Amino acid sequence: MQDAKNLKEYRKEMQESLDNTFLRKALDTFAVTYRASRARAFAEFDVDQLVADVAEAKDAVLPRLHELFLEFKKNAEAAGVKVHFAKDADEANALIVDIARQTGSKKIIKSKSMTAEETLLNHALEDHGLEVTETDLGEWIIQLRHEGPSHMVMPAIHLSRYQVGDLFTDVTGAKQEPDIEKLVKVARRELRSKFVEADMGITGANFAIADTGTIGLVTNEGNARLVTTLPPVHVALMGIDKLVPSLTDALKILKVLPRNATGQNITSYVTWITGANECLSATNKKKDIHFIVLDNGRLEMAKDPLFSQVFRCVRCGACANVCPVYRLVGGHKMGHIYIGAIGLILTYFFHGPEKAKNIVQNCINCEACKDICAGGIDLPRLIKQVHVRIQDKEGHPLPSLLLGQVMKNRKLFHTLLRTAKWAQKPVAGNDGFMRHLPMMFFKEHDFKALPTVAEKPFRDRFTELRQDVKNPRLRVGLFSGCVQDFVYPEQMEAAFQLFADSNVAMTFPMAQSCCGLPLQMMGEAKTSRDVAMQNVRAFEKENVDYIITLCASCASHLKHNYPVLLADDPKILEKTLAFTAKVMDFSSFAHDILGLKEQDFAGDGKPATFHSPCHLCRGLGVHDAPRDLIKAAGLDYREADESEVCCGFGGTFSAKFPELSEAHLNKKLDNVEKTGAEVLLTDCPGCVMQLKGGLKKRGSKIVVQHTAEALAARRKKGN
Amino acid sequence: MTMILDKDRQTALTSRFSEKARAVSAFVTEVASFDEALAYTVDLCGKQGACRIRISGCEEHLSPPADALCELKQEKIVAAPGLDPVLYDRLLAHCAANGFSCIKSGMRSYLSGIDIGFTVADLAIAETGTLVINCPGEELRLATMLSEYHVCVVHRSTIVEDAFAADQHMLKYLRKTPDYTAFITGASRTADIERVLALGVHGPLELHILLLED
Ligand code: SF4
Ligand code: SF4
Repeated sequence: MQDAKNLKEYRKEMQESLDNTFLRKALDTFAVTYRASRARAFAEFDVDQLVADVAEAKDAVLPRLHELFLEFKKNAEAAGVKVHFAKDADEANALIVDIARQTGSKKIIKSKSMTAEETLLNHALEDHGLEVTETDLGEWIIQLRHEGPSHMVMPAIHLSRYQVGDLFTDVTGAKQEPDIEKLVKVARRELRSKFVEADMGITGANFAIADTGTIGLVTNEGNARLVTTLPPVHVALMGIDKLVPSLTDALKILKVLPRNATGQNITSYVTWITGANECLSATNKKKDIHFIVLDNGRLEMAKDPLFSQVFRCVRCGACANVCPVYRLVGGHKMGHIYIGAIGLILTYFFHGPEKAKNIVQNCINCEACKDICAGGIDLPRLIKQVHVRIQDKEGHPLPSLLLGQVMKNRKLFHTLLRTAKWAQKPVAGNDGFMRHLPMMFFKEHDFKALPTVAEKPFRDRFTELRQDVKNPRLRVGLFSGCVQDFVYPEQMEAAFQLFADSNVAMTFPMAQSCCGLPLQMMGEAKTSRDVAMQNVRAFEKENVDYIITLCASCASHLKHNYPVLLADDPKILEKTLAFTAKVMDFSSFAHDILGLKEQDFAGDGKPATFHSPCHLCRGLGVHDAPRDLIKAAGLDYREADESEVCCGFGGTFSAKFPELSEAHLNKKLDNVEKTGAEVLLTDCPGCVMQLKGGLKKRGSKIVVQHTAEALAARRKKGN
Repeated sequence: MTMILDKDRQTALTSRFSEKARAVSAFVTEVASFDEALAYTVDLCGKQGACRIRISGCEEHLSPPADALCELKQEKIVAAPGLDPVLYDRLLAHCAANGFSCIKSGMRSYLSGIDIGFTVADLAIAETGTLVINCPGEELRLATMLSEYHVCVVHRSTIVEDAFAADQHMLKYLRKTPDYTAFITGASRTADIERVLALGVHGPLELHILLLED
C-alpha cells in the first residue's frame, strides 16, 4: 500500500526496506532462482512465440469486448449463473454485500483474488459485519497481519517463518515452532474448520470464456476448489480484461502463465466452472453462483491506443520478479496493491494519480520487465507515459522543467556543459574525479565519485582528428550522446581510431544533441520530441551507411523510441525510419559489420569481465557481440554473475533515488570483484560513470573502460 | 503398420506423462489390471500407512474449533464416488477384508478429511503430467479434495499430447452444463512461507497415479 505523501516520505519508506536484511536476502535469492526455474519451464518451447500468441489472443479481444461480455453473460446465465456488471470498486463491493444479505450469509471464505484486493473487498464486507477468511496461505497470513500483498503471486514473500510462527501462536493460542512443514499443517487444520462453517465462497477468475460461459481458476493449494464447492453460495469477481473468446485462447494463456509466474509447467490445479453446479448443502442442491465483471477503469484503458496493451496482462507477477528495484525494496514500496512494473501502471488507472505519483518515478528503465512479460507489454514505456500524464496534469517539478527548458536549446545546453568545466575547477581532483560535490542537489550522491567534465568535448576534437581513409569500405556518422561528448571524449576517440584503422570514413554532424532519453525519464514528453526531431534533421543530409553510437541507451532510444515520438506526421516519420534503420551500437558494428577477429588484435591476456548495459542486452537484444570481441582482443574473458542485471545508473534515477542506485551498484561490483578481473568493460558511458565511481570509492584497482577503448588499445596496426 | 505407429506414439506419450508427473512429486506406477489397482490402493491404506485414524496436522497445537474437527474422523476411510458399480463392489470387498470403511457418497460427513480418494481420470495430459477429471457431481469432487492421498487410475489410451489436444473433449464437458472440470497436477502445494515448497496445504498430501494398460 502506498500512503507516502511526497517523494521525500517515499524515499524514507524505501530506506526502511533497504535496511530490512531478511527482505533483501529473500528477494535476492528469489531473483536468481526464479530465472533458473523459468528457463527450465520454457526449455522445450519458443518463448517469444508463446508470448506473441498470448498478445495476439488478448489484442483480438479489445475490439470485441462488449460483444464478448454479452456472449459470456448469455452462456453463463443459460447454465444458471447470475452475471453482474460493476462499473467501479464500490459497486462491485456493494453487489457482493447484497448477495451476502439476500442469502443470509454470515461467514465468508475467500481464495486469492487480486481483483478483490483492488476493490478492498474485505474492508467492505467487514464493515457490514460479515466474517471473511482468506484461505490461500499467503493471503491468510497477511490478512491476519492487516497488510496488503507484497507480491501478486506470493503475497507474503516479505515474511519469515519466525514471523509466521509468532502469528500462528497468536491465532491458535498455542506455541508454534518456526518449522515451515508444521506451520503449513497448522494452517491446513485451522482453515479447514473455516471451510466447514462457511456460508459463501468468493474467488477471482483467471479466465472468463465467452464461448461457454466458463470461468477458469489457476491455483496451487487447492483452496479455490474447496471455496467453490463447500459453501452453497459462490461469487467470482473478475476484471473485464479476463474475457477470452474461447477455451483455446484460455489454454494459450495457461501455457505461459504458470511457467512465467513461478517456473511451474502448470499449477497443481486448474478448475473450470460452468454454471450452477451441484451443491448438496444448498436447498435445491444447486449452487447459488454469481459472476461479477468489473470495469473500474479498464474500459477506458481498452480504448486508449497506448494503454490498451495492459489488457494483455495475465497477472503472472514476473515483471516484479525481475525488477531490480522490486528486488531492493519489495512490493509494499514498488506498488500500491498491484506490484512491480504493472503495478506502477495499474495503480494510476485503478487507484488514481495520488497513489501513483511517487512510485511511478521509481523505475530505472532497465527494461527487464518488458523482456519477461507474459503478454509482451512495453511496460517501461507505459510507466514513463503515466509519469508524463501525472506531470502534465499536476505540474512539472522545477528540476524537470529546467532540464526541459535547457535541453530544448542545444546551444544553451552545450554552453552550460562547457562552463560547467570552469564551475567545477576549484573542486575537481587532478585524476578526473570531483573531490567534493559542488551541488547541494547531489548531496546523497556521495557513494560514487562523480566524473568531471572534460577539457575539450569530442565535438571540438573531431575536426582535429586525422582521417586518412583513402577508399573507405563504409561511411559512418558518429552519434556521441552528451556523456561521451562532454565527459568521456576519449571513448569516442578510441572508437574513431579503431574504425579508421578498419578503413571506415566518419562524419560528426555538429547539430546533434542529447538523444533525449533523460527528458523522457523525467516525464518531459514535449521536449523529448523536439530533441528527437533535431537529431533526425542533423543526420538527414549525411551520406552515411550507418549511424554508430557508443552509448547503448542512446542507441536503443534512437532506434525504438524515435519512431514513436515522431509518428504523427507521415513525412517526418519516413525520415525518422530512414534514420533509425541506420542506427547501430558500437559492438554490433565492430563485430557483425567490421568483422573484427583474433588476427586483428595483439592481446595481452589480462583478465577482463563485461557489464551488459540494460539497453544493450534487453533494449537491443545484443548479447554475444561484445563478449566475442573481448575474447578476440586477446583478453582473458570471465563472465560475472548476473552480468545482465542493471548497475543502478538509470540516468536521472540515480539522482532521484541515490540510496537505491547505491544498493544496485554494490551488488554489481561484488559480482565483478568475484571474477578476479582487472579490467571491467561495458558499452555505455553512463554505466562507465556509475561503475568507475563505485570502484573508485571502494579503492579498487579494477580499470573501467568502454569496450571500444580496450579494443583500440589492442588493435594491430596496418591490416 | 499404423497400429505399430500408434503404439509407439502411445508409449512415448505415456513415458512423457510419467516423467512430467513424477517431476511434480506424483508417484506413478504401472498396473496390469484393475484388480492390481485396487490391491495397490488397499496396500497403500494398510501397509504403507496412508490410512490413519488421526488425520494429518491434528498432532499440532490447534485452536479449539480446529481441534474439535479432528475428532470427526474415527476410522480409516477410502472413498470412491463415481466409480463403476462392479469395480466399487470389488473395492468395498477389499476394504472390508482389511477393516477399512469404503464409501461412495456422504462426503460431507467427513469434512475433516478421509484417507484415500480413489478415482479414474477422464483424460491425461502428457506435456504437464496432468489428470483431467470431469466432476460435476459434488461427491467425486470432494473425494479429490478432502482425501489425504489421492489415487487415480489413468488408462494409457486416454493420454494426449497437450492441453490443446484435449480441447474437443473439454468442450464436450463444458457444454454439458452445469459442469465442473479439474486439471490436477501433483499434490496440493504451497511456497507461501519463505518460498519453501510444502505439499498438502489444503488438498491431498500425495498423488498416486496408476497407469493401466488397455
Ligand atoms: S524498467 Fe526495470 S526498473 Fe523499471 S519497472 Fe521495469 S524492471 Fe523495474
Ligand atoms: S505485466 Fe506482464 S509480466 Fe507483469 S504481471 Fe502482467 S503479464 Fe505478468
